[in-house]
Amino acid sequence: MPGTVGRFDQLALCVAVTHHRPFAPQRDAKTKRNARMSSAAQTSQQTSQDLLLALAGITKRFGPLIANDAIDLTVHKGEIVALLGENGAGKTTLMNILFGHYVADEGTVTVAARDGNLEQLEPGAPQAALDAGIGMVHQHFTLAENLTGLDNIVLGTEPIFRLRRDRTKARAKLAELMAGSGLNVDLDQPVHKLTVGEKQRVEILKALYRDARLLVLDEPTAVLTPQEADSLFAVLRKLAQNGLAVIIIAHKLAEVLAVSHRIAVLRGGKKVGEMLTSDADHRSIAELMVGREVPVSRRIAREPGQPVLTLSDVTIDRGDSRRSLHGVSITAHEGEILGIAGVSGNGQAALAQLIAGLDKPDHGSVEIFGQKVEKFDAHQFAQNGIARIPEDRHHDGMVGSMTVAENIAIEDVRNAGYQKFGFLDFEAIRKRAEHAITDYDVRCPGPDAPARLLSGGNIQKLILARVLEKSPKLILANQPSRGLDVGAQSEVHRRLLEARQNGAAVILISEDLDELLTISDQIAVIHAGHITPAMATDTIDRSELGLMMAGQKKAHHAPTNQKTTTHSGETA
Amino acid sequence: MIRFEPRANPGPVLTYGVPVIAAAIAILLAAIPLALADAPIIKAYGLMISGAFGSVFSISEMLTRATPLILTGLAAAIAFRAKLWNIGAEGQLYMGAMAAVAIGSGVIDGPSWIMIPVVMIAGMVAGALMLIGPTLMKTRLGVDEVVTTLLLNFIVLLFVQMMLEGALKDPMSMGWPQSEPIIDSAVFPPLIERMRVHFGLIIALVSAIALAVFVKRTVWGFEIRAVGENAAAAKFAGISVTKTMILVAALSGGLAGLAGVAEVAGTRGYLATDLSPGYGYAGIVVAMLARLSPVGVIASALFVASVFVGADSMSRAIGVSSYLADLIVAMALLCVLIGGFLTRFTVHFDRKTAG
Repeated sequence: MPGTVGRFDQLALCVAVTHHRPFAPQRDAKTKRNARMSSAAQTSQQTSQDLLLALAGITKRFGPLIANDAIDLTVHKGEIVALLGENGAGKTTLMNILFGHYVADEGTVTVAARDGNLEQLEPGAPQAALDAGIGMVHQHFTLAENLTGLDNIVLGTEPIFRLRRDRTKARAKLAELMAGSGLNVDLDQPVHKLTVGEKQRVEILKALYRDARLLVLDEPTAVLTPQEADSLFAVLRKLAQNGLAVIIIAHKLAEVLAVSHRIAVLRGGKKVGEMLTSDADHRSIAELMVGREVPVSRRIAREPGQPVLTLSDVTIDRGDSRRSLHGVSITAHEGEILGIAGVSGNGQAALAQLIAGLDKPDHGSVEIFGQKVEKFDAHQFAQNGIARIPEDRHHDGMVGSMTVAENIAIEDVRNAGYQKFGFLDFEAIRKRAEHAITDYDVRCPGPDAPARLLSGGNIQKLILARVLEKSPKLILANQPSRGLDVGAQSEVHRRLLEARQNGAAVILISEDLDELLTISDQIAVIHAGHITPAMATDTIDRSELGLMMAGQKKAHHAPTNQKTTTHSGETA
Repeated sequence: MIRFEPRANPGPVLTYGVPVIAAAIAILLAAIPLALADAPIIKAYGLMISGAFGSVFSISEMLTRATPLILTGLAAAIAFRAKLWNIGAEGQLYMGAMAAVAIGSGVIDGPSWIMIPVVMIAGMVAGALMLIGPTLMKTRLGVDEVVTTLLLNFIVLLFVQMMLEGALKDPMSMGWPQSEPIIDSAVFPPLIERMRVHFGLIIALVSAIALAVFVKRTVWGFEIRAVGENAAAAKFAGISVTKTMILVAALSGGLAGLAGVAEVAGTRGYLATDLSPGYGYAGIVVAMLARLSPVGVIASALFVASVFVGADSMSRAIGVSSYLADLIVAMALLCVLIGGFLTRFTVHFDRKTAG
């Protein structure tokens, strides 16, 4: 809604904080100059000649919180190191220290100069990190959308005052880089016309153009289709062969196992493990990251029941593809998880809005519980037993300044149990919250604490408690585990599977193929507002799914007859 | 380099103490313009204090001034809570006053216990309607309500002027553009005999407390808070943003209209175009000083009213312009904004990083 921006004090004050960072570097911190990198280097079999970067004993405290606790990390030329850890494990802090955004309280950053001599990097100086050849590709790209790829790459490397621009040298250098790495992009296209994968290539080229010798990629595959991820990995391997050192920050294990040479695991600010990828296995790393055993989500075979939600030829045209659907027909059954796979921005938002009761179809009909829906109203939907888990849990899922208890009851405050003559029954609201906090293990100071104090995982648990407590018949789960750590993710999956077991129909919209293949019974693919017929998960080939997500392939077979499909229980 | 870090949870001392300290600093800062005007500073402060609190009369004057400020302050506070930026309290106040005069100057008559509620309701409805229009335009068409409500103020004032020269003009006014007086049974009785402070003050105080309870403890208040803090989440949870906004508009406009009724029926007795010296705009300042708390509005309205009344009296005695009052109130607002900022953030000074 326009005009809801805080106008008065907020605006006035924000002027002063345009660029606030949550934490400030502590310039007064004394950096110890005892380089203890020899111990860190031992894990690698490469000689110290090839050593490119050594972080030694890095400690960073924010008040009582120790974000990094004596972390050692080395990277050699031509090596791909995966830095794994859950949210809050300290990965980002460590990289910020490497880039000079933060100054470590203790420890040193040493980089091999171009002549091979190890030199200590000046702490707290981003320019020094850049000069030393450290390049970063952020998860959210830092490209000017209306400039071409070439413009973006050379931006900042050309003199500001010049009479004419000569980019022959730049082009030659980039052609060489592209040939050597396979990073092929049309550099004369404006960036907004490029796909996400191509934008990422431009970002990588940007770093290489500035003679990066160490490339840090923050969650590089989060926005890619499996095919794009595979080609990124091919590029990274080639670059590594040519001598580039790479650090990948990640929390998806499968990818890390596929591409890296070495894995370092952080948990709670400490390095809890480091191993060669060839020695590592999926389960042991997951446990290292989480610090306890991770329950594996399994579907228990179950016959699907009656149709709960049926969309017939639904069209929603909002002019832009993110918010439009074209002739969509899908059915979700009792006791079934219907996965909707797709790359973000292909109409998932429109589908979610529709099932959440926030939008109505221009065309076609929606049947819920066997009845045609006439009135699309979020309140009605919620009251009729539809659980809705929003995509953006911070933006749509909670009111930060209101209490945990109020946020749990928010859908139901008009109901008899929570108010009398319009006055809220705080006792009842509080009691429900106390139950929810225990049952769903919401970590918070208490029911009266403002919800904004909760972490992402706990906000999601709060939302689960809000919607699942009422034993819903239909669940809309839109990206329910995105951005959550492994532990919280498995909790979300367990809850959805439990609801499925109790007979709920679940629509699971996700970009995470692992998630979809693990817990869905059926998967349909959404692309450019079209949704393919649902396919039984067990018959699906991962790479085929990737092609369909990219819009290059139609459904490989006719919709399966769901009544006769047998679901195997083993999917993990 | 200066950096700001958000505070996790500012305690009650900071939350309530900061506005008080900010107000005190603003009053102290008034010494600078006083010195520039070559006024005796200590004496000026003394005159201001005695002007606002020195006698029953001055206290009565201060409370009379505070009455409409509480009501317009509440109007702004409830609207801003829901992020409905109602800048039109001035216009709503005049519409409320005009409705009170139209109904209360002899069209109908009855005992006070009927006439007083009738003029109040008339004024509140008129004020509410004035804000519901722009609110519907905001929710349906996305029209910025800051622009519409602000500009409506001028339209209303010109409309009032037109009516005072025409249909509502008092034939006995010797040509002055003013309305017929409110009939006796609709006049708010004074609280102290022969003083100007009137029944409207009670209404204002009750309104503030009722509004606080409403926002904190009722379903509608819950929905207003939810929509104001995060409209997207409220909408997702099934709260109708449009309905909630209209409720807020009715409350806010109604309270501003009530301020107009109080001025007409309590203080002035008739309507003229100089009825309000900007009470509608001052209400925004009052609400901001109170950090949008309905009960806090009482305190901040009393503060603003005493600054105005005290400065008026001081300026009469030693000849310093009474614009000093505006200056103090403006500085208090700035101080409260800075204070509010410091409540939410801690400031760190770092040496400039090298390189």
